Amino acid sequence: MTRLFGRRKFMVYGSAALGASMLLKACAPSTTTTASSPAADSSSPGASPAAAGDGIKVGILHSLSGTMAISEKSVVDSTLLAIDEINQAGGILGKQIVPVIEDGASDWPTFAEKAKKLIEQDQVVVIFGCWTSASRKAVLPVFEEKNHMLFYPVQYEGQECSKNIFYTGAAPNQQIEPSVDWLLENKGKEFYLVGSDYVFPRTANTIIKAQLAAKGGTTVGEDYLPLGNTEVAPIIAKIRSALPNGGVIYNSLNGDSNVAFFKQLQGAGLTPDKYPTMSVSIAEEEVQAIGKEYLLGHAAAWNYFMTVESPENTKFVDAFKAKYGDSRVTNDPMEAGYISVNIWKQAVEQAGSEGTPTDLEAVRSAAYGQEFAAPHGPVKMFPNHHISKTVRVGEVRDDGLFEIVYSTPAPVDPIPWNQYVAETKGFACDWTKTDVSDPGKFQI
Amino acid sequence: MVASILDGIFNGVSIGSILLLAALGLAIVFGLMGVINMAHGELMMLGAYTTFVVQNIFKAIGGPLFEVYIFFALIAAFIVAALVGLLLERGVIRYLYGRPLETLLATWGVSLILQQFVRSVNWVLVFGLLLFCVLYFGGQWVVKRRADFERIKGWSTTLLLFLSGAIALVGGNIVASTYGLAATQPWFGAQNKDVTAPAWLRGGIPIGNYQLPSTRVFIMVLTVLCVLGVYWFLNRTAWGLRIRSVTQNRNMSACLGIPTRTVDALTFALGSGLAGIAGCALSLLGSVGPNTGQNYIVNTFMVVVVGGVGKLVGTIVGAMAIGIADYIVGTGILANLTNIPFLKDFFTFFATTSMAKVMVFALIVVFLQFRPAGMFPQKGRTVDA
Repeated sequence: MTRLFGRRKFMVYGSAALGASMLLKACAPSTTTTASSPAADSSSPGASPAAAGDGIKVGILHSLSGTMAISEKSVVDSTLLAIDEINQAGGILGKQIVPVIEDGASDWPTFAEKAKKLIEQDQVVVIFGCWTSASRKAVLPVFEEKNHMLFYPVQYEGQECSKNIFYTGAAPNQQIEPSVDWLLENKGKEFYLVGSDYVFPRTANTIIKAQLAAKGGTTVGEDYLPLGNTEVAPIIAKIRSALPNGGVIYNSLNGDSNVAFFKQLQGAGLTPDKYPTMSVSIAEEEVQAIGKEYLLGHAAAWNYFMTVESPENTKFVDAFKAKYGDSRVTNDPMEAGYISVNIWKQAVEQAGSEGTPTDLEAVRSAAYGQEFAAPHGPVKMFPNHHISKTVRVGEVRDDGLFEIVYSTPAPVDPIPWNQYVAETKGFACDWTKTDVSDPGKFQI
Repeated sequence: MVASILDGIFNGVSIGSILLLAALGLAIVFGLMGVINMAHGELMMLGAYTTFVVQNIFKAIGGPLFEVYIFFALIAAFIVAALVGLLLERGVIRYLYGRPLETLLATWGVSLILQQFVRSVNWVLVFGLLLFCVLYFGGQWVVKRRADFERIKGWSTTLLLFLSGAIALVGGNIVASTYGLAATQPWFGAQNKDVTAPAWLRGGIPIGNYQLPSTRVFIMVLTVLCVLGVYWFLNRTAWGLRIRSVTQNRNMSACLGIPTRTVDALTFALGSGLAGIAGCALSLLGSVGPNTGQNYIVNTFMVVVVGGVGKLVGTIVGAMAIGIADYIVGTGILANLTNIPFLKDFFTFFATTSMAKVMVFALIVVFLQFRPAGMFPQKGRTVDA
C-alpha cells in the first residue's frame, strides 16, 4: 500500500498542494484590495512600499481566523472605512494613513506576538484592535513595556485603566448598569443570570448582583456555559424551576452559545412576554446570525444601534454599505472602531505630529477632551481613557433591527472602576493627575 | 413530580441522541475503519451550511414548500458531505491507511482548510481554483500521453504547476476587477449564518407545565431512523457485508475478491454523509458557522471511545450514558435527591454547566481506567490483531 505513494508522487502532490495554498493565499488579499474603492488604491496595505515611506503607519490587530473572526472581521471593516474616509479627505497633516493588518488568530499569545511585531518591525504609531478581554490582557504588558498606544473598541467588564490603552467601548456603567435599572423599572425584580464562562460575564454578573442587592431586586440563580458549548437544556430546565412564573433573564453569553440558547429557549416555550431577556453581546450582526424569528421581542443594551436616527449615522451606514455591500449591517463595536480612528486623528492633528514613538506622549495628552460627533451621538475622551456615551435599550423587531425603547437623555460619563464592587469602590482613574502615586487607580 | 421526572428523562435522552447522531458517522469511520478523522466536525459544518443554502432556495421559492425544506436539506446535506468525504478519502486518507498519527495530522489540516474555506469562499476563489485544477490536471493528462513522459516528468510538472498557478492568479484578479463586489463578496463570510426551522418545528408539545421542544423530538426520531438505517445497511445488504468483512480482515477479504479500495471509499463516504445529516439536524438547535464542527468533535470522540471502538451498540449506549449523566449532574437533580449535608454540598457544587462537564469527564477517566477498551470492547481477531 505504501509503495503506491512513492517519493516522486509525494513531491508532485506536495508541490501541487503548495501551489494551491499559494493560490489561496494570493486570492485572499486580492479580495480585500479590490473590495476597497478605487480611490483608496494608494492606501491599500502593501500596495506600494514607497507609499509607506511618506505615510503614517497604523496597526490593525484583530482575529481574522479562528472562533473570534466571526465578530472581529467586521470591526476591521469599519476601521478601514474610517481610514479610507480620512485618506480621501487628504489624510492627516497632509500624509496618508497606511494600515498594517495583522491576524491575532483568536489565540491570545499570538495577539501579544503580533502586537510586538507591529510596534518593533512595522514601527506603527498606534494600534487599533483586540476584542476579547483575554486578548487585551495578553497584549497589555507589551504596550506597557513599549509605552505604546492601543485603541480598544469593545464594551468590556471595566476594572482596568491603563495609560497605554484608550477604551472606546462601553464601561459597565455605560451598558450594564442602566440596562439593569431599566429592567427593574419595566420588566421585573427577579433575575436569572446566564453567561459564558470567562472574565467578562463573571465580572459583569458580580456587578449585577451587587446592583440588584442595592436596588431591591433578587438574583434567583446564575449559570455559566463553557465558550462554544451549545447544549443548553440543563440551563433552561434550571431557569424554569427557579422562575416558575416568569422573570428576567440577564444574558451575557458570547458566541455560538447564544444561537443555541435562543433557539432552545423558544422550543421550551420560554417566550419574551413571560421571560424577557436582556443581552449584552447580541447586536445587529448576531441577530442576522441567530435568525430574527427566534429573537423577536428580546432586548439588548448598547450605545449604538443601526436604527439610531441622526445625520452622522445615516452617513456612516451609507458609506459602510457602499463599501461592503447592501446586505451588511453595522453594530456597536464597529461604530466604536470608527470612533477610535477619528479620535486618534483629531489628537494627532492637535498634537501637530504624527505620533512617532518618541512623541506618543503629546498625542496622548492631546487626546484628552477630544470631542467627536459619533454616529450614536456626541462622545468625549476623558482623562481616564474612556469616552462618554449615550446608553440605549433596543428590542428586536420584524426586520431584524432594533426598536430603540429607551435611551439616556445625555451621554453617560465613564467609570472604569466599578462602584458597586467592594474591592474597587471609591477608586478612580485620571491620567492627568500628577499628585497621586498611581494615576490609574487611586482612592478618591 | 412525575412531570419533572419525565422532563428529566426526556432531556437526558435528548442530549444523548444529539451526541449519538453526531457520533454515528465517526463510529463508522473511526470505529470500523480505524481512521482518526479530525475533519469529522467540519463535515458536519458542511452539512449545516448545505441546510442554510437549501433553506434560502426554498425561501426564494416561498409558499408552503418552505415548511418541508428540512427534508430536502437532510438529503442534500448527506450528499454534499458524502461527496466531500469521498474526495477526502481519495485525495488524502487512502495514502495513509495504517498510519494513524499521520492521518490525525492530515485530517486536522483538512479541517482547518475547510474552516477557512467557508469563511473566504467567493466567486473569485472558486473560479481561480477551478481554473487551476483544469489547467494543472488537464496539463498532466496531456503530458502523460507523451512517449517520453518519464524523462520530462520532473521539470514539466514544476512548469505546469507554476504556469497554471500564475494563470489562475491572473484570471482570478481579472474576474475580481471586472465584476467588483459581486465577485469578491464572500458567499458566507466569517459570520454565523441563520438557519430558521420551519414554523412547525419551532414550537413545542405542551405537557402540563412543561413543553417538549419539537426540534428535540424531531432529532430523536431522526437519530432512531439513522441508527436503524445503518444497522440495516451493515447487516442486511451485500455492501454492508463487504464492509464488515474488510474491517475484520482486510487481506483475507482482498484474497476472496472483495474490492477493498471501493469498500474503503464507500465506508468513508457513508460516515461522512451521516456527519452531514447530523450537521443539518443540529443546525436547528445550534449555530451555523465556520466553528460549528469544533463544538462537537471532542464529544463525538468521547462517545466512541467510551462506547468501545468498533461496536455500534457501544456508541449508542455511550451517548445515552454521557447525555443522561450530563443532564442529571448539571441540573442538580442529584443534589435535590440527597439529604446528607456533605453529599448535598458536593453535588450542588457540580450543578453548573461548566462543573458538570468536569464531573462527567472525571467519571469517564475513572471508567476508562477500569475498562480501557470501552463498554463493549471488540473481541476476537480484528484488523489490528
